[in-house]
Amino acid sequence: MAVLTASRRSLDVERVRADFPALAQSVHGRPLVYLDSAATAQRPRAVLDALTEFYVRDNANVHRGLHELSRRATERYEAARARVARFLGASDPAEVVFVRGTTEAVNLVAWSWGAAELRPGDEVVLTVAEHHSNIVPWQLVAQRTGARLRYIDIDDAGRLRLDELDALLAGGRVKLVSLAHVSNLLGTIHPVAEVCERAHRAGARVFVDGAQGAAHLAVDVAALGCDFYAFSGHKLGGPMGIGALWARRELLEAMQPWQGGGEMIDEVLPERSTYAAVPHRFEAGTPNVAGAVGLAAALDYLESLGQEAREAHEDMLVRYGLERLGAVPGLTLYGPREPEGRIAVFAFTLDGIHPHDIATILDAEGIAIRAGHHCAQLLTRRLGVGSTARASCFVYTAPEELDRLVEGLETARRIFGG
Amino acid sequence: MMDRHPDPDRAGGVPGAASPETPPLSSLFQQLVLEHYKKPRNRGELPGADVDVRMNNPSCGDTVRLQLRFDSDRIAEARFLGDGCSISQASVSMMTQVLEGKTVAEARGLIERMKAMMRGDADAARDKALGDLRALAGVHRFPVRVRCALLGWNALEEALRQAFG
Repeated sequence: MAVLTASRRSLDVERVRADFPALAQSVHGRPLVYLDSAATAQRPRAVLDALTEFYVRDNANVHRGLHELSRRATERYEAARARVARFLGASDPAEVVFVRGTTEAVNLVAWSWGAAELRPGDEVVLTVAEHHSNIVPWQLVAQRTGARLRYIDIDDAGRLRLDELDALLAGGRVKLVSLAHVSNLLGTIHPVAEVCERAHRAGARVFVDGAQGAAHLAVDVAALGCDFYAFSGHKLGGPMGIGALWARRELLEAMQPWQGGGEMIDEVLPERSTYAAVPHRFEAGTPNVAGAVGLAAALDYLESLGQEAREAHEDMLVRYGLERLGAVPGLTLYGPREPEGRIAVFAFTLDGIHPHDIATILDAEGIAIRAGHHCAQLLTRRLGVGSTARASCFVYTAPEELDRLVEGLETARRIFGG
Repeated sequence: MMDRHPDPDRAGGVPGAASPETPPLSSLFQQLVLEHYKKPRNRGELPGADVDVRMNNPSCGDTVRLQLRFDSDRIAEARFLGDGCSISQASVSMMTQVLEGKTVAEARGLIERMKAMMRGDADAARDKALGDLRALAGVHRFPVRVRCALLGWNALEEALRQAFG
């Protein structure tokens, strides 16, 4: 397990890297440089071990068996729920619903809350920087309910235009503001607490998409003041296919189930049924118990690194990345150019070289990045680009890897004669 | 930099040579490909086009708009507009070159030859009928890029279907 370097109070990156088996491989003959963590992070051995241990020792279905293994599986599942609640700064584990990931959480709230609460003419406010998963579910529900989607823009530095939020809230029709904690493309940390305060003053609820935020920031739903917060396990070192939705208990209790099935009922009658209490009302079918156990292990692992050390490491990467990438000729960096209020995700283009070609050239050097619209087409269109390259970091990212990235970009420029 | 990526076909089984799944970048980014990317042929709008097809690759956002003008069953003129990577844009630029004057049947034959080349068919890769497109033969060794090379060709297939069924 990794320890802090006391002098810098930052992470000992070599020690951290040793915890992630996938990082110790060569790709195309070069040591892997994994800079695609915003798409999915690699997993520490502690998570892989937790998954194996669950399946080897405690595997059984939950909440229904009367035998020892089922008791253990149920206990571990519910302990994972309490672990997630603690991670989010929530006092009540019943406010945590396990989902497949952030996308499922948005869909759950869109249908269970949105379809019941939204009326024709009501407004849902999104930002142009949203991931498609925080746009399309609202479009579907808006088409069903007659609600209207409104978007707030970003300024040229990539920061949210809060003045536009105020203007929309002043119209008096906004029922919900749904926004990312952190932009998956620009890396901007959105002023969520400020948004919540303004939205609540106007009587609107706030949903926070924490897919990127939970992987990089300390989350405290009470301090943020939001009504819903969702994140995915796989972006912070947990397994794929597990994530969590947190919602205020009174909201959850007033919401109808989204999916029906086993596990979520109280009593089933021919024409209708009564439902289980929250949160199980929203967890139809056999849940991803091993995933929840693995997610809890990932949260334990991140906690073991220390919040202060993680923040120092992130800050170092942000500053180093901005400096190194900013010096590459012909490179346009999107998102805030100042290190404050952003995370270490760097979206960029290179003059005369398409992002896909950049990605292929980097891949040949063993460097994994993402290229494309990053499921944020409203944003890439707003930025006036079809596609960008994106390098994204996590707790195991070493500054030397950003050096390798910059070398790879020089190679791309040589091949394309730039 | 190319010498850091020895061509496995020419490396003669030298120990430590790149593994077969590591094709050299030079087999993808041929000079002729980069030339078409930087100076595309037949790029622009085609006034009086008989058919006008847009094709995009939703997974990456690459777009091609292909316009054709026919003279009975021959392609009299082909022009394109588009936005995307070197492979998708060079491929459609090269395609418009070989299409001019071809009958619909010949054009359909070229589509099949191009697809065969993208499956690694060595005969197709030597077929003079493909013209400059033979410079794209190496793309088949980069499976994730094959759909880039075929974007314009899918547009052609759709254009011929719309015009001739």
